[in-house]
Amino acid sequence: MKLARELWESLIGSLVGLGSIVRFLLRLFAEVPRALLRIDLIAQQIYNSGALSLVIIMLSGLFVGMVLGLQGFQLLQRFGSEEALGTAATIGLVKELGPVVTALLFAGRAGTALASELGLMRATDQLSAMEMMAVDPIRRVVVPRFLGGVIAMPLLAAIFSVIGIYGAQLVGVQIMGVDSGSFWSQMRAAVALADINEGIVKSLIFGVACSLIAVYEGYYAIPTAEGVGRATTRTVVTSAVVILFLDYLITAAFL
Amino acid sequence: MRKSTTLNLGTGTFVLLGFAALFFLTTQTTSRGITFFTSPPHYDLTAKFDNIADLKVGAPVSMSGVEVGRVTKIAFDSKEYKAVVTMRIDARYNQIPTDSDAAIYTQGLLGGKFIGLTAGGEETYLKDKDQISFTQSAFVLENLIGQVLANFTKSAGQSDSGKSKPDAPAPEPKSTEKPK
Repeated sequence: MKLARELWESLIGSLVGLGSIVRFLLRLFAEVPRALLRIDLIAQQIYNSGALSLVIIMLSGLFVGMVLGLQGFQLLQRFGSEEALGTAATIGLVKELGPVVTALLFAGRAGTALASELGLMRATDQLSAMEMMAVDPIRRVVVPRFLGGVIAMPLLAAIFSVIGIYGAQLVGVQIMGVDSGSFWSQMRAAVALADINEGIVKSLIFGVACSLIAVYEGYYAIPTAEGVGRATTRTVVTSAVVILFLDYLITAAFL
Repeated sequence: MRKSTTLNLGTGTFVLLGFAALFFLTTQTTSRGITFFTSPPHYDLTAKFDNIADLKVGAPVSMSGVEVGRVTKIAFDSKEYKAVVTMRIDARYNQIPTDSDAAIYTQGLLGGKFIGLTAGGEETYLKDKDQISFTQSAFVLENLIGQVLANFTKSAGQSDSGKSKPDAPAPEPKSTEKPK
């Protein structure tokens, strides 16, 4: 009996959480036109979430691509079609690994930074102080961070994919000796513009999801040291689950 | 001032890199590509095939297993009903006899198609815009299977249903067997 009630309450609690995050998203969207007037604030956030994530994205992209090159080569060699490595690596990177791994890294690198920054602003009453000065903290602080993340994510994912293809090429062509011309020509013949579009749509949606979760968790963090820590952790955990779930949905929608 | 300069530089570099990456993905990895690099000295040869199967632009052209060029264009000759393949051969390999023959082979079991040139015995060599007259079509697995199946049914004694079959896929295997 008690267990059933607790279950019921946690169900209601998660529904309330879902509703409040959706309302928060709508509020952010409503503020977007006015936030676009302060383009300098958005540029600052693109720098924070995008440019500062560049090193980790590029390094990870290179290694993911190199592993794809190795594994793909080993697998394709069994069927005597190593030349398909370019196609396999590119489709894998552009459609799946690029957006997903970038989003996971983005949640870890930029999402946590956003959540802890906003959480600390909440804990030190900076957000309340803004309200006292008749500055809307959502418009001044939250929306630029959200937009910065949304803009940075697709660019990061594209960089990840390109570096990954280079990594696959490095291992496949330079080390394993796949014919360079076949690598590229088979890739060009098999990869369609729709594949690239799928990757861009995915990374854009992941960008919205990651940034939203990060600013939401930070903005509504419990104003204590522990609360900020918890908000940061929840940002990563929720983002990871939501990214993988959305990934399935978008892939199914594109099929 | 100084801080905002580094900030702008960082943001600018990041955005530029991002769009360069998107540009690379859309133009260099898909078939709607744009080629930027000028090719090294080369000459073009053409060859007409009955069937090129899934030979693609960019497929290698090799002699004795060494890559000497690439397929640059595939067109259809509507008068002769043949595929016209244009190959770009590296200028270093300018001593290909005029009676050489071109055949379409498969890389591995599931790999893409490529063109293999076999040198002839003539003393004169192929030049730019020349045509290779001896060609051998792509090996089409389905035709072979059909033929084997037809032979099988024929030898099994069901001659009335099997007899008409070997004639149907004949044009393909005939040209495949010719140069052997």
